[in-house]
Amino acid sequence: MKPAPFEYHAPTTIADAAGLLADLGDGAKVLAGGQSLIPMLALRLAVFDHLVDVGRIAELHGIERRGDALWVGAGTTEAAVGASVEVASSVPLLAKATPFVGHFQIRNRGTLGGSIAHADPAAEYPAVALALDASMDVVSSRGSRTIAARDFFDGLWSTSMETDELLAGVSFPIWGGRCGFAVEEFARRYGDFALAGVAVAIELDGDDRVRRSALGLIGMGSTPERAVTTEAQLAGQPVTEVDAEEVGRSAVAGLEAVPSDLHGSADYRRQLGAAMVARAWRTASAEARHG
Amino acid sequence: MGETTVNVTVNGRSCEAVVEARLTLADFLRETCHLTGTHLGCEHGVCGACTVLVDGAAVRSCLMFAVQAGGTEVTTIEGIAAPDGELSTVQAAFRDCHGLQCGYCTPGFIVSVTAFLEDNPSPTDQEIREALSGNLCRCTGYQGILNAVHQVTGAARGEEPA
Repeated sequence: MKPAPFEYHAPTTIADAAGLLADLGDGAKVLAGGQSLIPMLALRLAVFDHLVDVGRIAELHGIERRGDALWVGAGTTEAAVGASVEVASSVPLLAKATPFVGHFQIRNRGTLGGSIAHADPAAEYPAVALALDASMDVVSSRGSRTIAARDFFDGLWSTSMETDELLAGVSFPIWGGRCGFAVEEFARRYGDFALAGVAVAIELDGDDRVRRSALGLIGMGSTPERAVTTEAQLAGQPVTEVDAEEVGRSAVAGLEAVPSDLHGSADYRRQLGAAMVARAWRTASAEARHG
Repeated sequence: MGETTVNVTVNGRSCEAVVEARLTLADFLRETCHLTGTHLGCEHGVCGACTVLVDGAAVRSCLMFAVQAGGTEVTTIEGIAAPDGELSTVQAAFRDCHGLQCGYCTPGFIVSVTAFLEDNPSPTDQEIREALSGNLCRCTGYQGILNAVHQVTGAARGEEPA
């Protein structure tokens, strides 16, 4: 239960971190809050020659309004996200997802960027980022680029970032107008990884028709999943005529890689996922209608 | 490979040592600082027995390397009671309510509950249950632990202990 030896690096600027990642190559891994990486190292599921600890880089911290998006520095702890008044008012879906992220002791160390870069399909923040069409600011010694959430999660615990790239921050679009948001999850113990869950965002027009909706599914595939077909079918529908149970069934209908393990079969998770979607849809649509 | 000098203030005392980078904060506290009150159950972040305060925030010391704690102030279970040994209100409530049996998980619970009540002195029962969900106890069935937290919060509101 002890990690294999590694060389430790603690840069204090993004540029230094990017330089280290470029120099060290594949043998290096970014250490953020460590709440997923350190268990993997302890169990020796992962072994790296070098860890680049980004916890001392001040530039990676912060929450600020940038145009019509809220930028959250990758190094911002989940506890800071959960305590932020700005997050609660601008990106309520992110605020509502936060209490489901691990336990409070985990959220004190774990970071938003670490969770998104780790890309666990059963984690909350990747699903929220996907649902809200967030964009990822990625930096390397070759320059910086922005990756849309839909292009970011490309496999189990895998992203489209190169090994020399560092996630610096995430911009979450702010939804205005008559909106409602909800996160629902089913886990065996509160704070554990969800067997199935969903993050739902809804915007209504003045006539209670669905202007747009976003359904980010948690733990329902090898990546976070977006129920795009269901969202397209819902657009323009009068929200009072939408059957939440049907939304749930539709959202899980096209899923091809629902996990199956000793905690639950794929069929069970599919039913659970449909139930979570229905529940979240009802909560979010009521919030959108009544404020 | 990977040795670094680290200086951590533990329970008000400076603790400096040359350590391997892979040494967890938990092992640093137990083996370098000889503070064996911090217990290790699972060593991969599930059980919560190793919970300590780092700059006042409760964290799992098995999910942090000692080198990451350089420059911070750490409080372990040994730093919770008063210097003369008088138990903190949380510790006293655990004793009063039989919130422990074998005691292995207790340091983690005491530290977690101490931090939780610092942030939220009058939590609801549901909030208490959620706060306790990050610590495992295999003896008590949790009822004594819940009662202990309720005793602390009730006393804070001026109620008689149940």
